Amino acid sequence: MSTELTTTAPAAPHLGVGDRVRLWWDALPRQAQWVVGVVGVLLIALLPVLRPPVLTTVGTDFGGVLAQFGMYALLAIGLNVVVGQAGLLDLGYVGFYAIGAYTVGLLTSPSSPWNATDDWLSRDWAWLAALPLAVAVTAVSGLILGTPTLRLRGDYLAIVTLGFGEIVRLLADNLSTVTGGGRGLNQIAYPVVAQSETRPNGIFSAGNTAVPFNSGTFWFWLSLVLIVVVLVIVGNLERSRVGRAWVAIREDEDAAEIMGVPTFKFKLWAFLIGASIGGLSGALYAGQVQFVVPTTFNVINSMLFLCAVVLGGQGNKLGVILGAFAVVYLPNFFLGRTELFGIPIDGNAIANYRYLFFGVALMVLMVFRPQGLFPARQKLLTYGREVYVMARKAATALAGRGAGTAAATTTDRPGGAR
Amino acid sequence: MTQPGGMAAGSEHGDEHLGDPGRANRQTPEQYLPDGGVEPPAAFDVADVHPELADEAVVAEIVAPDRDIRAEVGEPLLQMQGVTMRFGGLTALDAVTFDIRRGEILGLIGPNGAGKTTCFNAMTGVYRPTEGQVVFDGKPLGKIKRNEITRLGIARTFQNIRLFSDMTALENVVVGTDARHRTSVPGAVFRSKRHRAEERDALDRAMALLEFVGVGKRATQQARNLPYGDQRRLEIARALATEPKLLCLDEPAAGFNPAEKVELMELIRKIRDDGYTVLLIEHDMRLVMGVTDRVVVLEFGRKIADGLPRDVSADPAVIAAYLGVPDDATA
Amino acid sequence: MSALVLAGGQVLADGVIDFNVGALGRNFWSLTVSGLTYGSIYALVAVGYTLVYGVLRLINFAHSEIFMLGMFGQYATLMLLGFNPSGDVYQQGVLLTIVFLAVAMVGGMVVSGGAAVGLERIAYRPLRRRGAPPLVFLITAIGASFVIQEFVHFVLPSLTGNTLGGVNAQQPIRLVQPATQFEVFGARVSNVDLVIVASALVLAFAVDRFVNATKFGRGIRAVAQDPVTATLMGVSRERVIMLTFLIGGVLAGAAALLYTLRVPSGIIYSGGFILGIKAFSAAVLGGIGNLRGALLGGLLLGVMELYGQALFGTEWRDVVAFVLLILVLMFRPTGILGESLGKARA
Repeated sequence: MSTELTTTAPAAPHLGVGDRVRLWWDALPRQAQWVVGVVGVLLIALLPVLRPPVLTTVGTDFGGVLAQFGMYALLAIGLNVVVGQAGLLDLGYVGFYAIGAYTVGLLTSPSSPWNATDDWLSRDWAWLAALPLAVAVTAVSGLILGTPTLRLRGDYLAIVTLGFGEIVRLLADNLSTVTGGGRGLNQIAYPVVAQSETRPNGIFSAGNTAVPFNSGTFWFWLSLVLIVVVLVIVGNLERSRVGRAWVAIREDEDAAEIMGVPTFKFKLWAFLIGASIGGLSGALYAGQVQFVVPTTFNVINSMLFLCAVVLGGQGNKLGVILGAFAVVYLPNFFLGRTELFGIPIDGNAIANYRYLFFGVALMVLMVFRPQGLFPARQKLLTYGREVYVMARKAATALAGRGAGTAAATTTDRPGGAR
Repeated sequence: MTQPGGMAAGSEHGDEHLGDPGRANRQTPEQYLPDGGVEPPAAFDVADVHPELADEAVVAEIVAPDRDIRAEVGEPLLQMQGVTMRFGGLTALDAVTFDIRRGEILGLIGPNGAGKTTCFNAMTGVYRPTEGQVVFDGKPLGKIKRNEITRLGIARTFQNIRLFSDMTALENVVVGTDARHRTSVPGAVFRSKRHRAEERDALDRAMALLEFVGVGKRATQQARNLPYGDQRRLEIARALATEPKLLCLDEPAAGFNPAEKVELMELIRKIRDDGYTVLLIEHDMRLVMGVTDRVVVLEFGRKIADGLPRDVSADPAVIAAYLGVPDDATA
Repeated sequence: MSALVLAGGQVLADGVIDFNVGALGRNFWSLTVSGLTYGSIYALVAVGYTLVYGVLRLINFAHSEIFMLGMFGQYATLMLLGFNPSGDVYQQGVLLTIVFLAVAMVGGMVVSGGAAVGLERIAYRPLRRRGAPPLVFLITAIGASFVIQEFVHFVLPSLTGNTLGGVNAQQPIRLVQPATQFEVFGARVSNVDLVIVASALVLAFAVDRFVNATKFGRGIRAVAQDPVTATLMGVSRERVIMLTFLIGGVLAGAAALLYTLRVPSGIIYSGGFILGIKAFSAAVLGGIGNLRGALLGGLLLGVMELYGQALFGTEWRDVVAFVLLILVLMFRPTGILGESLGKARA
């Protein structure tokens, strides 16, 4: 074996930007990581207040765009659990988004027969009360869809979930006595807090248009909080038996099963967790827009979510957030722009063509970088950090001792040489 | 699943997935560094991380916590009772009956296409026998799910290596230890006490197992970047991590050079000495004869011999099967 | 599927979904006739899915867009022949109409077939060279689907002076006016029905003979069964793959013309999506990879869908199709006739 050692060391390591960032991050002590993380999140939270001219959108309100990004980021994180971590291709993810949004809508819209706001729910708190319900209902729908279909082969699963997404939309469209059909549900509740003279319906009301602290900004902040919470949960899962089971299933389902992984159970969990996060995002959407219609939940949106995940790098939680940002932000960036760097452009047309560009991006990406723009190797051990830190220390210590050590370490006996 | 087709022997490093296009064997254009970017192979020693693991006795203790399984050496652990496997018109196994006894190394040999791997798959629940049954530790394996069978105590390696290639060596083994863990989603989300204890245990045992099979140095490397021999060893470590009573090795020496084979023989003996029962499928007769306590020979799906290596290698039927002597000469 | 049951429990009481068994009984035969025409179209498109899946194990998600391009192809051909979408009804006589239809069909076939082969070349071949996993193929197919749709949506109008493509459906060219020819069990059979079913039958027979009785077809079946051995035996895998895409595309182009006879206002950039999913369902229904299964599955889906429509109402038609797909996959994942073109399940 000692002879083989030399053959595996990769030739001159080529470090991209992502690798450098990761290297730097991994080298930071835990406290420093916390500081950097908090400062980073705060800086991002300040975006809609500062509205840096380079980033600010022209055609639509920047705060609104960021709020939409927040929802898409949640969707991307949720879909990433299903597609990126567990390797289950879900093409109907928009269905869960719709179920979350419609649950809130059905419970709090005056045009819904199940409106509870005149009844036992105070209108001011109805949205908040409906939020956990929406998540629960979506989780159950994930369970209902997953139980019969997760035994199917991967590509069949893709088509069945696609059918599911379409069925949810058709149900919303067809059950018009309940869902309002194509007219949708209006006046959906939102949290009524911090009312003032300038903001009679509170800061979350769509009527709050006082830039920069308009409703979009506040919804963005709310979703930012939820994103952090969801990231912690998903991160904890990733660094546990569950996350390892997902990756094992993704890599080789049969081998995973034979190694004692209850694959069906964990696939179902992935589906359920992904669905809940999608439902959460849908509930946010319903509250922010205060209005749901079936056309919002076209299956093509599923493809957009998938685009965010694939673009960002399947399996990389932070990467897919960046993917979501690209998917939401880029079209809005061009919207209403007539020139860029002095070159006259038709920004609206470019924004309109977004599916064309995303389609091309997907195709090109799959050929040259199928792992996405920001591929990350997932960390799958709760206490793995210790191992890596010690491995690094050992490495640097040994590197200092000179070239001769390489030979010494090739002995098979662990404690023999030293 | 594992068809002994075009990729039976001599699969070299990297092409072992040829016959399995469905596998997520991503062909990454660039090789990413394992975590942290520091290349640990030559420099990483477990003694620097877990100093206590430098002591071999400690390692052995962690690897085989179930010392008492040696108590009943000689009792049948797994019984093949008239197992027949048919695929369409093809009878791959024909009423095969034999026992694996506790504490022994049993060799299962036979020429190409004799049904060794089918036999193996029937034991580990990949296939369900058409007729007959497999009894493990007193329990018939009739309808038990594959992952449950692993938890009952049968672990295996694969003829064509099937590691989780995106994971590090350590993580691969930890997946094996997870077979004995019970943390599910709630425990992981809230980082319950049991979860933390299990994670500690997983790390310690996985590290010890890597040391045990001799790939401790590569703990933080991605499995796909390991040299071929280490991948084979890693598979053994991953299987051992499930705390099996019976360890099944499917051609573990395929593609090894003689020196490596000797080391492998040592490892297999070491595993047996730690209290495991081992089933070994192997082509290399020298390895089989050198390491096994007993040998079962299959030919055309039928058992043609069962006995001590010395006796079996002198058995005319076996010699005929391997050398292709006409039937009338041996009967 | 389960959502329907869930909602159904609540909703049936409100009378939102009516079970109109009477309507199904009264119109049974006319529904069957109409279902067979839709089914023929699904069947032709399903062949494209099934052949590609059989040979490559790939769901060619963009096949629905190939079909959509076919609709535009036959439309453009008719325009080149001098027909205008003026809303006028053309009276050309039976023979001349058939000739024009045939020419339009060839136009659709050329566009679809070309597009399918082009798609294979540009999108899939580079991936095959790199040995990409199935997920990568599927995502590429989705990307290609976006690109083709948006091409027709935005780019085609500017290339053709706003005569083709764009946001709205094309004005129909009324070459054939539906007229009842005869009745079967009280069901009226129109000239359109006859043209659709007859053309589909001829094409299905032709493709079945081609795959099962010619040298090229043997190559396809060989590659589907065992690509490695087939290659060793001198079959060019690349050529077979191209051929399957070509056949699938050509049939989709033919189906496109038939579909526009049935649904004259269906020529729109987004018009392929749902039909594509249904055709795929048909392929799965019959057993994906199985040529005859695709034909049978198509007919079955078309008919079932219309029965469902009569039973629950027009708006539930697509739901019926998807629920059927899910049910089939749950209870018979290998379809009605099994996956015979390809190898057994791994």
